[in-house]
Amino acid sequence: MEILVILIPVSLALGAAGLGAFLWALRNRQFEDPKGDGERVLSDRWDDHPRPDTPPD
Amino acid sequence: MADLSAAGHQPRLGACPACDAAPLAQRLADRAEAAHPARLVLSLPDAHCALCITSVEGALMAHPGVRAARVNLTLRRVTVEAPGLTAPDLIPVLARAGHQAHELDPDALAGATADRAGRDLLMRIGIAGFAMMNVMILSVAVWSGAEAATRDLFHWISGAIALPTVAFAGQPFFASAWTSIKARRLGMDVPISLALILASAISVFETTQSGHHAYFDAAVMLCFFLLIGRYLDHRTRAIARSAAAELTALEVPRAILISGMVEKPVAVADLRPGDLIRVRPGGRIPADGIIAQGRSEIDRALLTGETLPVPAGPGMALQAGEVNLTGPLDLRVTAAGQDSSLARLTALVEAAETARGRYTSLAERAAGAYSPVVHLLAFGSFLGWFWGTGDLRLAVNVAAAVLIITCPCALGLAVPAVVTSASGRLFRRGLLIKDGTALERLAEVDTVVFDKTGTLTLGQPLLLTRIPEDLRAPALALAQGSSHPLSRALAEGLEGTLPATVTDLREHPGQGVSAIWQGQALRLGRADWLGLDPQADSATLSSWLAVGDQPPLRLDFSDRLRPGAEACIARLRADGLRVILLSGDRAAPVAALAAELGIDDWRSGIDPTGKADAIARLSDAGARVLMVGDGLNDTAALARAHASISPASALDAARVASDMVLTGRTLAPVAEALVIARLATRRIRENFAISIGYNVIAVPIALLGMATPLLAALAMSVSSITVTLNALRLNGKAR
Repeated sequence: MEILVILIPVSLALGAAGLGAFLWALRNRQFEDPKGDGERVLSDRWDDHPRPDTPPD
Repeated sequence: MADLSAAGHQPRLGACPACDAAPLAQRLADRAEAAHPARLVLSLPDAHCALCITSVEGALMAHPGVRAARVNLTLRRVTVEAPGLTAPDLIPVLARAGHQAHELDPDALAGATADRAGRDLLMRIGIAGFAMMNVMILSVAVWSGAEAATRDLFHWISGAIALPTVAFAGQPFFASAWTSIKARRLGMDVPISLALILASAISVFETTQSGHHAYFDAAVMLCFFLLIGRYLDHRTRAIARSAAAELTALEVPRAILISGMVEKPVAVADLRPGDLIRVRPGGRIPADGIIAQGRSEIDRALLTGETLPVPAGPGMALQAGEVNLTGPLDLRVTAAGQDSSLARLTALVEAAETARGRYTSLAERAAGAYSPVVHLLAFGSFLGWFWGTGDLRLAVNVAAAVLIITCPCALGLAVPAVVTSASGRLFRRGLLIKDGTALERLAEVDTVVFDKTGTLTLGQPLLLTRIPEDLRAPALALAQGSSHPLSRALAEGLEGTLPATVTDLREHPGQGVSAIWQGQALRLGRADWLGLDPQADSATLSSWLAVGDQPPLRLDFSDRLRPGAEACIARLRADGLRVILLSGDRAAPVAALAAELGIDDWRSGIDPTGKADAIARLSDAGARVLMVGDGLNDTAALARAHASISPASALDAARVASDMVLTGRTLAPVAEALVIARLATRRIRENFAISIGYNVIAVPIALLGMATPLLAALAMSVSSITVTLNALRLNGKAR
């Protein structure tokens, strides 16, 4: 049962990492336009070369 | 507002765009928003796919001066960074790319874009979800038979995760429960908060006593599911609110005051009776007044429903809200602000809204019946067990289990899930729901009342007469010289012709347009101006074209039907609804339209109060009326009806008064909305039945003291998932 001392903190840390990723995505406004982001995948606009400059936010 | 601007109601598309752009530019400058100096937001009601994103962004980026353009498909709007450009510059660019666009007021959107409340809820859901996963893993170990010290350890860890989570994620419920307790009501949130607090407290106590059962998992799960319901609810409202805000076109409430020789823009609220104001062609009349100088024609369609413009000259009284068409007018104000006819109509709307009364939604009715029962059951089981066994700890445990099991978890999800999926489906079809209870009210409708001008028709004339080949070029040249709706219709009817070269093109306000073509006098205008019998053009929408001394040619126009109107009415009638047409227009055009659409029940020449009264009489006779209208003359009726819909081209006041707004041009979603609303109400009832069903099974077990945390967790999650899936069925069916 001593293994619990390692496993429980490890599982909690993994969960916390997931939560952190979610909060980061939330702060970065990744949930503002779920439908548009899904559709943008289909656009072939920047398929050949990367977009030259990224506009602010 | 795209439909309207084409008909000449829109101030910014007047004869002189520069004059109208001036107050706009000034207002933009007034904002002094240094952070986003040149950010424009346009709404795109038709955008729906990847291709739309590419074509909108491509078209805008190709326009000189545009630095960046980004489409948000969820909200159907595009944000453009274009220093020095205004929305009227960009709307035609999008129109050429085949997209309708409306200008949005960035100020009104500032709150909606940030949407703090939504992100806050989402964050709480994330934290509750994280806590739920971890507590669940620990709980599974306990359920599978962890013993003594291990169990206590797991309970302690669960508590350490669950307590802060409940304290943080449960805040929305605690706050709302506190408000309803202060108002001496028992809302849905009181039993929720009680269950959260009691479950946490009893679990902490049990853990300190090395008890077998702790309800930490139930408390966190309760938070998680209820927050999802709360978030769905919020999202539906936020989308409706921001879209409603975006429909409020940028109408500048300013008037041009003439003092001495100087023209000065002032706020309409500052106008006083006796002031002299100037109204430019294409501008809306800001206050009631009498014409002091100038001749023009007045469009009263939004006030009275008349399609035909009315000639105006000195001495004539005008009302706020009418649109000046052809010539500049100087107006002596007789009543402004609170006293004007516009304000009186607004008062009428307020009175009608009070008369409609507050509609109690299904969820409110369910909560009203449910929460006393929950409290009584929990309290009863506590008393029963305490009296029966004398064991306080056991009695509190059973009471907590009853509260957790009966907690309106599925009930809290039942309505938001259905409303979200129904309103999402309707939004994709072009109907925006502004009010949460609108769907339920719409489902009860049995009578549909339509307005004519601007609702069943577009309020845009269509040329009927075929013009002889040799007259087409000069007619087009003449028509292009005026912004009068009939001239525009003529120009549109002659599309594809090359305009003739004419000289001396002049617009005679209130009369017509004249020019010289190949040495002959060309005239286009009213019958009496061309020296004909004035009675000749009073019956239909018509204009006359005269070349030199030849007898004038009569040009007939008809108001065109809104797309989808015919199909919509046919479908409503097929569904067995009573369809009525109420119009402020003259009898002849109303009768013609009613015959064309197959409506037997129609009335013409009705004033605004008459419309509201007609709706009131129908309601008193037991009918549930859906009113569809767009004008100022409809606002009181819209507010009075059981449910109401207005097109996006409607006047602000009408859109505010109605529950739902059509975002596109077509009328087709109206019939569909009724079907979806009925389906949605059925799903809500089904969901109530499902969650009550789970309770009927689980509550006796809890009352008998046999409810384990495992059972509570199972009952809660299974019922929540079932109601959500049932609601989602609405989305997939009959696409």
